[in-house]
Amino acid sequence: MSWEPVIGIEVHVELRTDSKMFCGCAVSFGEEPNVNICPVCLGLPGSLPVPNRRAIEWITEIGLALNCRISPVSVFHRKNYFYADLPKNYQISQYDVPVAHDGWLEITVDGATRRIGIERAHMEEDTGKSIHLGGGGRIHSAEATLLDFNRAGVPLVEVVSRPDLRSAAEARAYAQELRAIVAELGVSDARLEEGSIRFDANVSVRRSGSEDFGTKVEIKNMNSFRSLERAIDFEIARQVDVLEAGGVLVQETRHWDEEAGVTRGMRTKEGSSDYRYFTEPDLVPMVIDERWQDEIRARMPELPAARRARYRGLGVDPQTAGALVGAPEAFRRLFDEAVEAGADARAVANWITGELVAWARREAVDPSTVAVTGAGLAELVAMVAAGELSASAAKDVLDGMARGEGSARQVAESRDLLQITDRGAIESAVDEVLAEQVEAVQRYRSGETKVVGFLVGQVMRATGGKADPRAVNELIRAKLDEA
Amino acid sequence: MPIDIDISHVARLARLALDDDQLELYRRQLGVILEHAARVQALDTEGVEPTGHPLGFTNAFRDDEVRPSLDREVVLAEAPEERDGYFVVPPALEGP
Amino acid sequence: MSLADLTITEAARGLRERRFSSRELVDAVLERAAQTEAELHAYLTLDHEGARRAADQADEELASGTDRGPLHGIPIALKDNLCTSGVETTCASQILAGYHPPYDATAVRRLREAGAVPVGKTNLDEFAMGSSTENSAYGPTRNPWDPDRVPGGSSGGSAAAVAAGSALGALGSDTGGSIRQPASLCGLVGVKPTYGLVSRYGLVAFASSLDQIGPLARTVEDAIAILEAIAGHDPADATSWAGEVPDFRAELGRGVEGLRIGTVTELSGDGYEPAVSEAVASMVAELEARGARVEEVSLPTFDVALSAYYLIAPAEASANLARFDGVRYGLRVPGATTEEMMARTRAEGFGPEVIRRILLGTYALSAGYYDAFYGQAHRVRTLIARDFARAYERVDVLVSPTSPTVAFPIGERTEDPLAMYLSDICTIPSNLAGHPAISIPIGLDDAGLPIGFQVMAPALAEPLLFRVAAEVERIAGFDARPTGVAP
Repeated sequence: MSWEPVIGIEVHVELRTDSKMFCGCAVSFGEEPNVNICPVCLGLPGSLPVPNRRAIEWITEIGLALNCRISPVSVFHRKNYFYADLPKNYQISQYDVPVAHDGWLEITVDGATRRIGIERAHMEEDTGKSIHLGGGGRIHSAEATLLDFNRAGVPLVEVVSRPDLRSAAEARAYAQELRAIVAELGVSDARLEEGSIRFDANVSVRRSGSEDFGTKVEIKNMNSFRSLERAIDFEIARQVDVLEAGGVLVQETRHWDEEAGVTRGMRTKEGSSDYRYFTEPDLVPMVIDERWQDEIRARMPELPAARRARYRGLGVDPQTAGALVGAPEAFRRLFDEAVEAGADARAVANWITGELVAWARREAVDPSTVAVTGAGLAELVAMVAAGELSASAAKDVLDGMARGEGSARQVAESRDLLQITDRGAIESAVDEVLAEQVEAVQRYRSGETKVVGFLVGQVMRATGGKADPRAVNELIRAKLDEA
Repeated sequence: MPIDIDISHVARLARLALDDDQLELYRRQLGVILEHAARVQALDTEGVEPTGHPLGFTNAFRDDEVRPSLDREVVLAEAPEERDGYFVVPPALEGP
Repeated sequence: MSLADLTITEAARGLRERRFSSRELVDAVLERAAQTEAELHAYLTLDHEGARRAADQADEELASGTDRGPLHGIPIALKDNLCTSGVETTCASQILAGYHPPYDATAVRRLREAGAVPVGKTNLDEFAMGSSTENSAYGPTRNPWDPDRVPGGSSGGSAAAVAAGSALGALGSDTGGSIRQPASLCGLVGVKPTYGLVSRYGLVAFASSLDQIGPLARTVEDAIAILEAIAGHDPADATSWAGEVPDFRAELGRGVEGLRIGTVTELSGDGYEPAVSEAVASMVAELEARGARVEEVSLPTFDVALSAYYLIAPAEASANLARFDGVRYGLRVPGATTEEMMARTRAEGFGPEVIRRILLGTYALSAGYYDAFYGQAHRVRTLIARDFARAYERVDVLVSPTSPTVAFPIGERTEDPLAMYLSDICTIPSNLAGHPAISIPIGLDDAGLPIGFQVMAPALAEPLLFRVAAEVERIAGFDARPTGVAP
């Protein structure tokens, strides 16, 4: 009997506002310890929090980008737990009325697209950092803990998915898509290695076909997409092993050990998961009304999913559309300009995601400095369609355009790459070749039709490669068959 | 209404290291106070919303502007233990 | 008469008439402190040097024509739960022994900007939790009217200082009556402003949704002068009122003719000392004689206000006081692990009343009990606000005793927390509703102990509150001075 994994992902996104969530201390990384601290973020007696307006606008952007509903009235709560790097020993967070809730995100794995539910996105503050001395940095055997509060109070958005993911690969795709969205919005550095975006996974397994949920295990400490996928795969296998051996799983939090490639249980906290949430009395409710939402929406860039849908609507095939969504911004703009100039979207998309991306990589050129214009690209595509340029000639033309040698036609002319489109000229060249190659013509007529390729080659040589080989081919066949 | 209080659990949640005599004393005192406080339960509050700010205003924000932080030496001067610019505490027993 | 016995208004006039200097005024106050502190213990810290320096500066400014207004050069005492930059701030707790904040509370900064001279930090019930100033880790404060009795609390140090003349006015904080009740027990005027009118930034929080800073003074006019200096929007406090501050003097002198005054059924009867009830009734009759229309109003939810308060305030306190953990400042009691260090620090650093309330609040918020206790208390709070709103459809202000009793003997209620909590029965409803209220002294009982009269008004109706208070003050003609201590 087989097992089905049930996975939910919690993502913490640090916003890159200038100042912290509730005070004016700078948000910055890699500084000396305890330099960006003040009475508020250090929890000194008497200090009070005041929320950062930009952070609220940015979480609203994230909520809208994830197709969430924005709560018209939203409040902060205190989440109470004692920990040395939590200055007030409560975290200002949100509980029953988060800024955003009930959204979704689409992921595509192995060609299948699935919609993953988003339960909520809420605003909170980050903690400080603990450095555990001795015992190789491990918590259990440390001899002392050093505390740095520079990170304390940095705005943090927590996005909680529904348990809709069914494989480690889906979980990875979800995480990557979410990262792409916040990066696109420009609200976070979204760097896994720096911890500015962090993923925790809730994993359980159940008998295939069952609607019940198994015992949930939370996994922490994955700092790459690869380790997220590996950790979930490991955990699924571990849980199945335990259950198939007749064992029982405990609800717990496990750490991913990257080096060993295993998850390990952490020491559990007896009865301390009672966070005693209550409304933060130092803050007043936030009203994010329709008007404010509209202002925020108007400032948002086009997001990957919307862009992909738009490309598909223009006739671009799914794979090319996906490649274009991931292409550099300058090239995406080039696409829009070329289409605007009347170019065939599918052809332009192919040229950009194929040849242009490859050219920029090969030449190690910053895409935004490539000399190609949208109108130029439209001209190129049109010339290919009209048979004025062969596919290989067009690549040469694009190379010239990218080097700033001029428009598609200018490059084609200066590099002498234009095809002969005058039917009369091609016909006389064909007649000459057929008259010369008597033996080949004989062989064709005796049934050896593949010799036509040789004849086409002769015509191409005679025209200096500028005739359209397809047209030449047709013409030769027509002349030999009619005779 | 007699009120059942798991006082050692409450003390643990509140991070208070109390001995058995203290726990027993507080358990009794809390029982008396809570019995009085439980009078709030006699009121019908069906459909009543909890109170927000008495003046009922919303949306108090600050602009995203950086203000000077405190001088680290001044802050660390108040710390029970510090080292190399860090606050220092004994090792943690458990993760957050 | 010593300069220390002047009202703020009188002293301000004297300073401008060059009859004495701020330095002389401050010296007189410090001299009075030297004579009385051994017995009263109103102060935890006296800042002789800082006060004299500030007085000299005030004198220089006044001499050079810079006049910062009615508080310029006036010695003021600060409750020790208000942060003062570089001056020890303990909240009367061991856990903050030796703590020097790196900043001034907004109210303190505004007082300094108004030219006031802070003379020291006054005693209180630890973290403002109490009604007698007996819950101080540094010993109780005594009442200048009778040193065997409490001054009330939690702002008992501020009240004792102003009553004794070791300050001309003071700041206190009022969460459930902590300004008004000690003002009543010490024969002073005490004001709890509308919630949000005075910034709480730098006030060490007890119960954030209830705390307000306010003045203790000898007259209504003095109290207004202090409140004018500290009121107004503060961007550092998200709960502070961003609208216009009402003109506190707008209605002064208009008397009470035509005003509708409500007496509160629920704030009378058993448990109220006869002398208190009689003095209040007699004042109500005087107001009626001057044209006020008096009627009795019932606010049934007042009967459970105390219960709601003793769930809400401890719940908020349990979180507010979580930060005192031995990590970043204050006391640390060593332990093998972070957890043990924190738990020992807190158990040894907090006094019994604080621990009691932290446990109470933690319980009220904990899983399984939240809805029955904390959640229900908050809904009841809404009902109390509705009762007030209904009452204010019929009357303009409500009046009551400030405290059911006069100052009680030291030690009388320390073993019975509930009896102590009942001291605040008249003052708590205004905190729950966020409304302003004032206590005005109206007389002495047979033992010579002061009796206070409370006036309550709707949110932001301070001008009306002061109008009635000023009339009560004028009628009472209360000018007695404490007799309990030298000189």
